[in-house]
Amino acid sequence: MRVALFLGCTVPVRATNYEQAFRRVAAEFGAEVIDINDFSCCGFPAKAVDRMIPLVMAGRNLALAEREGVEAVVTLCNACTETLTETNHVLRHDPEQREKVAGHLAKLGYRYDGSMTVRHAARFLYQEIGLDRIRTKVTQPLAGWRIAAYPGCHYTKPAEIYEGFDRPERPISLNLLVEATGAETLDLEEACCGGGTLGAKEETALKMARMTLDQMKDQGADAITLICPFCDVMFEQNQKKIEKVFASEYGLPVLYYPQLLGLALGIPREELGFSINRIKMDRLWEKLGAQAVRG
Amino acid sequence: MPEPLIDNQLDPSFRVQISQEKGGEKITRCFACDTCTLGCPVRATDDSFNPRRIIHLALLGAKREVLESGFVWLCSSCYLCSERCPQDVSVTELMCAIRNIAVREGQIPTAYVAQLELLDKHGRLYEIGDFENKKRTKMGLPRVEEKREEVARILELVGVTRYYRKEPAP
Repeated sequence: MRVALFLGCTVPVRATNYEQAFRRVAAEFGAEVIDINDFSCCGFPAKAVDRMIPLVMAGRNLALAEREGVEAVVTLCNACTETLTETNHVLRHDPEQREKVAGHLAKLGYRYDGSMTVRHAARFLYQEIGLDRIRTKVTQPLAGWRIAAYPGCHYTKPAEIYEGFDRPERPISLNLLVEATGAETLDLEEACCGGGTLGAKEETALKMARMTLDQMKDQGADAITLICPFCDVMFEQNQKKIEKVFASEYGLPVLYYPQLLGLALGIPREELGFSINRIKMDRLWEKLGAQAVRG
Repeated sequence: MPEPLIDNQLDPSFRVQISQEKGGEKITRCFACDTCTLGCPVRATDDSFNPRRIIHLALLGAKREVLESGFVWLCSSCYLCSERCPQDVSVTELMCAIRNIAVREGQIPTAYVAQLELLDKHGRLYEIGDFENKKRTKMGLPRVEEKREEVARILELVGVTRYYRKEPAP
């Protein structure tokens, strides 16, 4: 399968560990991942200003993918996933908006009718690669790792645009993907990381993230696994701050799912971007070392 | 406690304005059951945010209170309320519709002005220059070039450059 990787704004600068691990893992399964240099921001950040902006910006990005003739656009960020998917949905169902978007795109020399498939990287691994193929390639099962798998809101919501994929609340596909590596998962309540509120009121956003961190800690998590760089801003980059502000202690390492999967596939750590991860992984490496010796 | 509302400050056409805005079409379906607010993760940590109250104020016509209080900007856009709303109001999209109206009426938060400037300048929220690309190359990742011209053109076409460029009044 030939797909275009959509990087968005945050991943290529701030989450290169996620990007590197996904590319490496995708190659392991023989997926052909190409880059389209003309891709830009998906448009999500400007939706609050004028919802026409993301429609045109996403429409342009998707038109570029269509021109390239790929089978799907694979996204790493939940906000990009939601914006590109929502744009397809609007263009297919709202003739008035479709006409306006087409008018703007025509002035830029593009045409797009809403036919390009958009797949979040986790959904791509779950549906296009599949749990069976993943399980057969696991050479270093992560037995005994308790992983707080946190998919993030826009992975499955709004359900209307995702056409029946997984459940909108407490989706299961990321848990199943984590379990395919041999790790255990938790049973987390539906909650938002707070990333969407960070710009408006930091204190509230930190409290939102803290609620979920408390759940993860109470359920004995060894680490957190994410699939969105916005969630990472809250749970990894702000974890120390949350500990300080609320006098609590978590010490929970954060791994992007392709990094976790890469470890289970036996890919060397250096090829999975771990130098970028901020919270100490020593306890995980000890576990992994002990397992390797036993194995 | 918020200040009591006074009759002559209400604008009965506000609900019409919202229902004619993309995303706000279904506001009048709300029967005030509070499902949105009970499940809201922002509300769970911050009493000042109350989506049902925002909807109710909007339906009453408390336009200034809704647009100027800043409440709508607290929504994290998690869509939980939209999934659970028994009247299918699409509360998250409604919050976005109200934000779009607020922006047009002069209430754009500075954070969004800054984001528009970045998009215009880099085509993305973060600059990717030689420094960033050097780090990418070290990790074996392909170079990423900024393609700002077409993004800037989109911002012009949609008509939002007036929020961040110093332009003479038309």
